[in-house]
Amino acid sequence: MSNTPTTLKYAKSDEWFDPATGKVGISDYAQEQLSDIVFMEITVSEGDEVQAGSQIASVESVKAASEVLSPISGKVVAVNEDLTNSPEAINSDPYGSWFVQIEGGDGSELMDAPAYEKHCEERAH
Amino acid sequence: MTYIPISPKERDAMLATIGVESLDALFQAVPAKYRFPQMNLPPALTEMEAASLLAEIASSNENTRGDLISFLGAGMYNHYIPSVVDHILRRGEFYTAYTPYQPEISQGTLQAIFEYQSLMTALTGMELSNASHYDGATAAAEAVNLAFANFRGKRRKVVISPTVHPQYRETIRTYTQGMELTLAGDDAAADLQAAPEALTPLIDVETALVIVQYPDFFGRIFDYTRLIEAAHAQGALVCVVANPTALALFKTPGAMGADIVVGEGQPLGLPMWFGGPSLGFFTTRKQYVHKMAGRLVGETVDSRGQRSYVLTLTAREQHIKREKATSNICTNQGLLALASAVYLSVVGKNGLKQVANLCYQKAHYAAEELSKIPGVGLCFPQPFFHEFAVCFPKPVAEINEHLLEHGIIGGYDLGQDYPALKDHALIAVTEMNTRDEIDMLVEVVKEVLS
Amino acid sequence: MTEATLFELSSPGRAGVTFPEPDVPHFDLPDESLLRDDLPLPELAEVDVVRHYTALSRYNYSVDTGFYPLGSCTMKYNPKINEDTCRLPGFLFTHPLQPIETVQGNLLLMYQLQEWLKEISGFAAVTLQPAAGAHGEFTGVLMMRAYHKARGDHKRVKMLIPDAAHGTNPASAGMLGMTVKVIPSDSRGNVDLDALKAECDDTVVGMMLTNPNTLGLFDENIEEVIRLVRDCGGLMYGDGANLNALLGIVRPGDLGFDVMHFNLHKTFAVPHGGGGPGSGPVGVSERLADFLPAPLVGILEEAEGETPPLYGFVTPKQTIGRMKAFHGHFGGGLVRAYTYIAMHGADGLKDVSQYAVLNANYLAARLRETYKIPFDRICMHEFVMEGRVEGTDVRALDISKRLMDYNFHPPTNYFPLIVREALMIEPTETENKDTLDRFADTLIKIAEESKTNPELVKTAPHTTPFGRMDEVKAARELVLCCWLPENYSNE
Repeated sequence: MSNTPTTLKYAKSDEWFDPATGKVGISDYAQEQLSDIVFMEITVSEGDEVQAGSQIASVESVKAASEVLSPISGKVVAVNEDLTNSPEAINSDPYGSWFVQIEGGDGSELMDAPAYEKHCEERAH
Repeated sequence: MTYIPISPKERDAMLATIGVESLDALFQAVPAKYRFPQMNLPPALTEMEAASLLAEIASSNENTRGDLISFLGAGMYNHYIPSVVDHILRRGEFYTAYTPYQPEISQGTLQAIFEYQSLMTALTGMELSNASHYDGATAAAEAVNLAFANFRGKRRKVVISPTVHPQYRETIRTYTQGMELTLAGDDAAADLQAAPEALTPLIDVETALVIVQYPDFFGRIFDYTRLIEAAHAQGALVCVVANPTALALFKTPGAMGADIVVGEGQPLGLPMWFGGPSLGFFTTRKQYVHKMAGRLVGETVDSRGQRSYVLTLTAREQHIKREKATSNICTNQGLLALASAVYLSVVGKNGLKQVANLCYQKAHYAAEELSKIPGVGLCFPQPFFHEFAVCFPKPVAEINEHLLEHGIIGGYDLGQDYPALKDHALIAVTEMNTRDEIDMLVEVVKEVLS
Repeated sequence: MTEATLFELSSPGRAGVTFPEPDVPHFDLPDESLLRDDLPLPELAEVDVVRHYTALSRYNYSVDTGFYPLGSCTMKYNPKINEDTCRLPGFLFTHPLQPIETVQGNLLLMYQLQEWLKEISGFAAVTLQPAAGAHGEFTGVLMMRAYHKARGDHKRVKMLIPDAAHGTNPASAGMLGMTVKVIPSDSRGNVDLDALKAECDDTVVGMMLTNPNTLGLFDENIEEVIRLVRDCGGLMYGDGANLNALLGIVRPGDLGFDVMHFNLHKTFAVPHGGGGPGSGPVGVSERLADFLPAPLVGILEEAEGETPPLYGFVTPKQTIGRMKAFHGHFGGGLVRAYTYIAMHGADGLKDVSQYAVLNANYLAARLRETYKIPFDRICMHEFVMEGRVEGTDVRALDISKRLMDYNFHPPTNYFPLIVREALMIEPTETENKDTLDRFADTLIKIAEESKTNPELVKTAPHTTPFGRMDEVKAARELVLCCWLPENYSNE
């Protein structure tokens, strides 16, 4: 059973958003699906404007590749370049590993923890 | 003759297990009106007859070992292939093996490719190599793909020197026709006497990649360090297309600061084989590995603690990334990468230097003797390796026709690709050309010009 | 026990093959600034090289060693005569740019092979230039794009690709900036006609279809699928990877395909070489013939009396250009395929496909009770089953690894993506009934082992020279070159 902190909001595409800090990452469910992550690349820069659903990063594991999409629209105010050197942290600490920080909304249109958990359950087979 | 090992009795037993009446009955899903077409092919031959037919076809050619003396290069070279190479290639464990997706039973292939990667890295002075592309031309095109992916499509210009092999430039044009790129510098009417730095004004912040050849198509050796610095100052990457034999003697593109070094590996133990299959090597620096296409073998350990090898970073490739992959490439030239590794192992550091030196010495002898003929001159003053451009007072076609009557294949007619080089021929000399053969070339040329 | 690397075996001063002294006067090398400092290549004697590679070869599984039921790969037996014919000196030592009068044999072979492939596939024209299947695909998609552009139709950007398709299909379309629209399969494993109908409009470049598909099933509505795409102005691309099911059975050109790549290293027994080289000729219908890559082999002067025709190179009128340097994989691919077709003839090729399909159906019949085969109808040359055992958590990966303990190469794993724990099995026609029975019996045994001793299966293989690899370590700690012993590069 994946971990789903209640202080965060969640996108259908498995990214988490922290309304308090504007930070974005991928959920425990997502890192489990990918399994061992070996490479990660942030594809936007500080100052870029992003739309909800547009790509902000890509993540590769031994057997899969995934695009990380922005949960909200806004402006990128910081990118976590350190994470590219230790992509395995995404597996061990998905909610402590942030990719980018976005200013532009509170994420109220996103799912809360219970709704996201349900979304994950529905997909598991 | 076929290779089907199933007897009629076995076939009938199998049909019974499946529950159908006949072989034809297995094809009900095929629309009746198109089913079982007549194919107009010659009647089947037995092995004996096929051997005879193919021998007849092959001997109707005139080849560069038994029949003709060759001074033709232009991208494929007549080098000596040590016996050992083919003996290893003929081992069924190597040539009838599949791609090493099951590493537990493919360590032969995997280690051989890992070693190939190491050898190419050592030769080019770069940091890593992939498991190869189809040939030098497509490897150069893949360099464009890498640069494009590296800048995430934000830089859409590629600067290509006109002295890159014409067929390579054509291939790059074909590959990039759907990418909305600007290709600049690729102008056959450009000033071919100009130094490489002449490309500098074309390089700007829109440029993703600059491509040059080493030695260039005319055989010339340039130090590209300054050009590479100029490109880097604009943030552009540089790809050098290199001849691997030349790399035994000359400064490596890696030492000049190149970001990508590619080339045709055919000179390393592969026959010319009428143009293919050949071997596109691709080497680069660590920071570009995730944008690089092609298979990659990495070192690891197995569950028993043994050092082993495995295909790695496979998430880059088409079977995972699908439409987001840098390239659609699936194969590498596996068996040929093995051939080049065997070649490099058995000639070794000193053997390869010997081969390169022989090519250099003989080419310079040929150039000197030819330029003594009245009316014949060398087109370019720069240092060269084993190919050089010669200008004649008569059309190259006429000279080559005369040479052919004497059993000699002359040089490549440069006028086909460069309007400014009509009546110019590109002559290649390798360790396979004896002094007598070179003297004969000079004699016959003298004859046709007198 | 891992074999040492070439660099570890190297010893300074050892010589392998050496060369004569120059027979010409001496010329100085250029200035030192243009020369390299050192050349860190190994130094080995010939005996060292032979033992090294012989040892490595023993760690490989191969067709010559055993059965390779790899779906979509067509791992059929590689006839030895082909190894001899492709190495004839007349082929080996010809330069691609030699005067055409001196290589009429090569050109004749290429011309005839073009004609034979046309005859086999029902296409109007064939190029032999592409180096591999994926290269052929890229060629095909480039031609489709060029065709629409030449008609002045710039709206077409959508490529329709079934969900079961091989990854190279969308990758090829992606290389040209096309949008990929995935068409689902229906419950019988056919292309879902309603979903297809919904996507057929005037923005469609065409459809990339493998038939039989990667489930090994011949599309029961193939004529309708092709009609729908052609009616909306799209072109039909056929992925020829599964041609081993169709030789003498049906010709893709007759069905209405516009373009198809061949995999000579699958259907026509060119060996796989441990990952390559392949060879991927492409056949096209009349309307695409002008767009083929240049050069093609054609007849420059017709035969007259005793004089044979003069073969040479021709450039199609609206060619997309050149796909690589020179003419294609002549030595490795074309000569072997030519020999193979010459020895089989029309009847032999039909036998190939009939027995390939017989063998696959036989295996499916033997395994159906033990493993779930999702599509319950006659298959073609391959089939897909779920690599799961009811009541256990043993997966396709584990079954594959355990097969190696019984000296079988595993089937294709986890492809196509639309079947859970997919195992795709393609026996080919060159396996005898005993091998097939042994393979089926082994898979049935492994299913039993999964219930009685699951750990044994989940930690397999046990008897192979190497165990399961730490792939995470390989990717995270990238080591892509041999370790060099200290002071390696010093003279």
